[in-house]
Amino acid sequence: MSFFHIVVCSGVAPDPLQTLLPVSDHSAPALKNEQMLPHLLDPWAEHSLFEAANLAKNNPQSKVWLVSMAPRAKLSQVMMKVAQKASFELVALDAPSNGFTDSFAAAEKLAETIRSIPSLDFNRLLLFGGWESASRASGTTLQMTGELLNICDQFQGVDELEVTNDGSLRVLERLEGGEHQISLCAGPPAVLGWATGNLPEPPNNPQVGMTNMRQIMPALQKAQAFGYPADALQFTSVALPQQKRDTELVKDKNPQEIAREIVDWMRRQ
Amino acid sequence: MERFLYLLHHENDGSFADRALEGLAFAKALAAQVGGDLHVAVCGEQATKAAHNLAGASQQPILVVEGAEFAFPRFATDAAALTAICETAAPTVVLACSTTRMTRVLAAVACRCKGAIDTHITGVSVNGGQLSVQRWYYRQRIQAEQCRSKRPWFMLFEGGMAPAWQIQTGTVQIQKVECRLPADKIRTIVEGKRTPSGESQTIRPAANLLFVAGAGWTKKQSDGQTHPDQAASLIRTFLQLGGASLGSTKSLVDLKGEGQTVLPFLTHLNQVGQTGSTPRHPKGLATCCHGEEPHVVGWRFINERRAINLDANCGWAQGKADVLYVADAFAVLEEINKLLQE
Ligand SMILES: Cc1cc2nc3c(=O)[nH]c(=O)nc-3n(C[C@H](O)[C@H](O)[C@H](O)COP(=O)(O)OP(=O)(O)OC[C@H]3O[C@@H](n4cnc5c(N)ncnc54)[C@H](O)[C@@H]3O)c2cc1C
Repeated sequence: MSFFHIVVCSGVAPDPLQTLLPVSDHSAPALKNEQMLPHLLDPWAEHSLFEAANLAKNNPQSKVWLVSMAPRAKLSQVMMKVAQKASFELVALDAPSNGFTDSFAAAEKLAETIRSIPSLDFNRLLLFGGWESASRASGTTLQMTGELLNICDQFQGVDELEVTNDGSLRVLERLEGGEHQISLCAGPPAVLGWATGNLPEPPNNPQVGMTNMRQIMPALQKAQAFGYPADALQFTSVALPQQKRDTELVKDKNPQEIAREIVDWMRRQ
Repeated sequence: MERFLYLLHHENDGSFADRALEGLAFAKALAAQVGGDLHVAVCGEQATKAAHNLAGASQQPILVVEGAEFAFPRFATDAAALTAICETAAPTVVLACSTTRMTRVLAAVACRCKGAIDTHITGVSVNGGQLSVQRWYYRQRIQAEQCRSKRPWFMLFEGGMAPAWQIQTGTVQIQKVECRLPADKIRTIVEGKRTPSGESQTIRPAANLLFVAGAGWTKKQSDGQTHPDQAASLIRTFLQLGGASLGSTKSLVDLKGEGQTVLPFLTHLNQVGQTGSTPRHPKGLATCCHGEEPHVVGWRFINERRAINLDANCGWAQGKADVLYVADAFAVLEEINKLLQE
């Protein structure tokens, strides 16, 4: 029977229902009132956490770590919800969460942190995360973290992972046009950057939450502070798109008239 | 002066993806504007043969890495091939278009080359010979222009940056680049593709129209009943007749995960928005979809937008669509299908 050491990397991101306004002071850009915005665990990475917990459940002796780089106060809020969803051990890094930073610096810090997890067996390592964050949204951090850890099997846009009888990993990655590529990997170590996967959000489990919180609180307290280097990226402008349209409201036409208008519009070049 | 390298891989039939050719045209224009050399490289099973369709793309020999092991996207082999090409060409700026194959590997290649990378680039400006790139943050919500001094600078373009480079067959000088990976480094076998069959093939990147179905299709209607079968049939017919690509809201695809029967041909891959895709089509029609921000961020690259919703105060009315029809989408789609059948 295979078992895995699954490390999930995730930051936090503002709740997408919030209004985001960029501000540029003398240094790097940031979000207005960032401290006040409610945050979530980064959505695709959260899916990967659910997949990790499920994989661990189906492969006894497996273990899940969540390595999270985020402002400590935000992370502790987010943990109140996430801790009830899946069993994991938190490794926290106290770092800014806004997206206007260079992913290489994040990857270096993540790789260094993962290397120093005491009981982690590299030969069993599955490095999980979202294939893209909701903040920087570049799809590069996890790839570079894997590279810095010398992992030569990587998969991105993953929707499905199956462990075969001989311990190989069958992975489905997104391709263009709704297709998936099917690959068979000899086993860990491997990087899996998840898309949505197949699992619904698990229900809250207060028991799991309580057990997790006993480890999460001290992990948050000893979170190492990390600052991004200021010179990797220079921003010349940061702005909201000027995309507001003058919406024409059509209220008093019958379905036939509307259909005719839409078909004409569809056919117009 | 910058030294540009444009990276391509060919498809299994030897052709190049449209967006890879769009990227090539853009790279050529950019190199000309900046006054730098443009090197072009092709990776794939029969890269030399494919490269002969790129006559005139570069003044320099086209670099190729080829062999059976490069036939399919696979991280270990692609990363090794692209790194070998970069080491040979020694570029300061590496350009590629964001096919899923390139997207999966280019950040790792940048890391191996001790360079920096930006992805999802939608524009490049040149100011006094200085390059800066435009890209989106927070999933298409905030637009930034940024530059870097670090080289090599890897730039992964979005599609649609320029009209596609026209294939030209002719004599092309080829420079082969050696890339041999020890057998123990190839631990992954590509088994094939899973392609949605028949009517499940609803994602059509080249379609003129994106048709979005929202959760309203499964909600109780004015008669107090739900009509999922009728919804499925209307949408299926529309997709067949209109050739549109099918998008969905998160709420609708999530219903499936909760065990409800919705539209049988819908999956998470159809989801548009914050945690879905950001497709690129000239037109989009949203139906029974509220037009909430986490959904509409996925419409950033849809030029003309119309919506049908019973609610005159839905999100589409707030400057997110050009036209909002306040109407019953069931009735309108039925009429549209009749017209398309004529
Ligand atoms: C972290 C996070 C990420 C998210 N990511 C995404 C994402 O990627 N994509 C996404 O779509 N959402 C996303 N959401 C969810 C988003 O906030 C909305 O909840 C969702 O888009 C709503 O879907 P809907 O418009 O289909 O459903 P509803 O809000 O239920 O709207 C249904 C609409 O149908 C209309 N309607 C009903 N019957 C008819 C009829 N007969 N004719 C015409 N109109 C009718 C109603 O008036 C209503 O406006 C995300 C949310 C979060 C928190």
